[in-house]
Amino acid sequence: MIQLIDLNKTFKTADGNVEALKDINLTIEDGDIFGIIGMSGAGKSTLVRCINMLERPSSGKVIVGSDDMAALSPAELRRKRRSITMIFQQFNLLMQRNCLKNVCFPMELEGIPKKEARRKAAELLELVGLPDKALSYPAQLSGGQQQRIAIARALATNPEVLLCDEATSALDPNTTHSILELIKDINKKLGITVVVITHQMSVVEDICKNVAILDEGRVVESGKVADIFGNPRSDAAKRLVFPDGEETILPPGEGETRLKILFNGSATADKPLIASMAATQGVMAKILGASTRSFNEQAFGEMLISVPDDQAQTALGYLRSEKGIIVEEVKNDAR
Amino acid sequence: MPGNMFTPEAVKEALEIFKTQIPLAIWETFYVTVLSTAFAIILGLPLGVLLVVGEKGGVLPLPKGAMHALNVIINLLRSIPFLILMIMVFPLTRVIVGTTVGTVASIVPLVIAAFPFVARLVESSLREVNPNIIEAAQSMGASPLKIICKVMIPESIPSLISNATIAITTILGYSAMSGIIGGGGLGKIAINYGYYRYKFLVMLIAVILLIIMVQVFQSIGTKAAVKSDKRLK
Repeated sequence: MIQLIDLNKTFKTADGNVEALKDINLTIEDGDIFGIIGMSGAGKSTLVRCINMLERPSSGKVIVGSDDMAALSPAELRRKRRSITMIFQQFNLLMQRNCLKNVCFPMELEGIPKKEARRKAAELLELVGLPDKALSYPAQLSGGQQQRIAIARALATNPEVLLCDEATSALDPNTTHSILELIKDINKKLGITVVVITHQMSVVEDICKNVAILDEGRVVESGKVADIFGNPRSDAAKRLVFPDGEETILPPGEGETRLKILFNGSATADKPLIASMAATQGVMAKILGASTRSFNEQAFGEMLISVPDDQAQTALGYLRSEKGIIVEEVKNDAR
Repeated sequence: MPGNMFTPEAVKEALEIFKTQIPLAIWETFYVTVLSTAFAIILGLPLGVLLVVGEKGGVLPLPKGAMHALNVIINLLRSIPFLILMIMVFPLTRVIVGTTVGTVASIVPLVIAAFPFVARLVESSLREVNPNIIEAAQSMGASPLKIICKVMIPESIPSLISNATIAITTILGYSAMSGIIGGGGLGKIAINYGYYRYKFLVMLIAVILLIIMVQVFQSIGTKAAVKSDKRLK
């Protein structure tokens, strides 16, 4: 289990202090795939570096397993880091070593005999699907292949935790997908806890079970992926789920009431909701905007409609009778 | 240069010198250059490493005062003109070699002049190493010493070889200068015959041989650097 308790990180710069992380409290369970998502500059990279103490927190605690990370001596920390490995956006392979020797590198640090290290490295190259690249150099590989080598290297010391720092951000969508599948596979097969740092919604949707949304150094929401993305409450979450902005729509007209419909795991996505409201209730609704996504084959998302004032109560009554839908009236001045 | 450079007598004399003295001079220049470079690297490499790892935010931060002193000493040694440095280190040369004249004695000032230069070259090579790779090594639990020996130096080998080539060609040039204080080699031949005795043809031959030596060192170095670099496909 990874616990971040009241974590703060302040950088001192020439222009004054920058608070990169503010009062972070998170718990990541063993075996989880936990996403930390946020825009650039939200503090994601700092946060993940606090987990393995590449960045020292200014205050607060980081507990991994049973160890208080900040309290470890340098030698103890180095040993602990072998069980918390990391992969990076730019892969960070040793460019002057071939792939096999790259995978051997962390085992060399650990003092594992060369022969044994090579045997294990060959196994890991097999696991990541690149056994034929053992003697190639990183510069000869594509980005996706390099990341596979980096994953093999990260697994060499039998870690309990794998930290992925924007691991797919430099890759094209297809390669991203295959790398994520590999990470998912590793999580399932080896039971390694995975922490995924990303700015891509699709990454979190693809593999994460739980997610925390980071905005300006704070965790603004955290929980199960379906819950958070299905009904984003914070502004930061809404920006991520509706990147084009849900509110950039027509200005409110005279004599209209706006209703926001939230699909929260409803099966209603299949049903012609607005049409049937018109047919059975005679309510003529205008659709102002809609954005839905599906997680695990359930619909999440929201729709903004506008109905004439005198039909508002009828519409509210009808929509509230549907399952898995939350309806709220949107006050014009609130927008 | 005088017009009588290629008179039959001058040519004959030059050929005689070429046969009797030049082979030894080439050898002297060669071993003085190689030995001086080797010693300069032995001293300069660790210092260059310290310049990079010891700074704030480096792999092995050292006290600010120590880093400051190191920088001052290196800059100081680099600012003394070589001709004057050779004379200034006479006492040290006498302690180490037992004499201040001769080919072997010229190695001492050459090393003193070259190691701060080598330290700066090593510094620039190591700074080229991608800091993300160093961070990755730290994330794997590598100690500062392991990062230096297994990451920083191996990753910058091509650049280190290029810079070693610059060092060796520069030292070759300096070694010719040491002919003035009695150092042997092609420099001595050029100065003794060309400057003191107006035998310009001999000087010309010595200079051409120096040029060839620089060319040889440079092309070997360039080839080795390219060959060692695994980033090139």
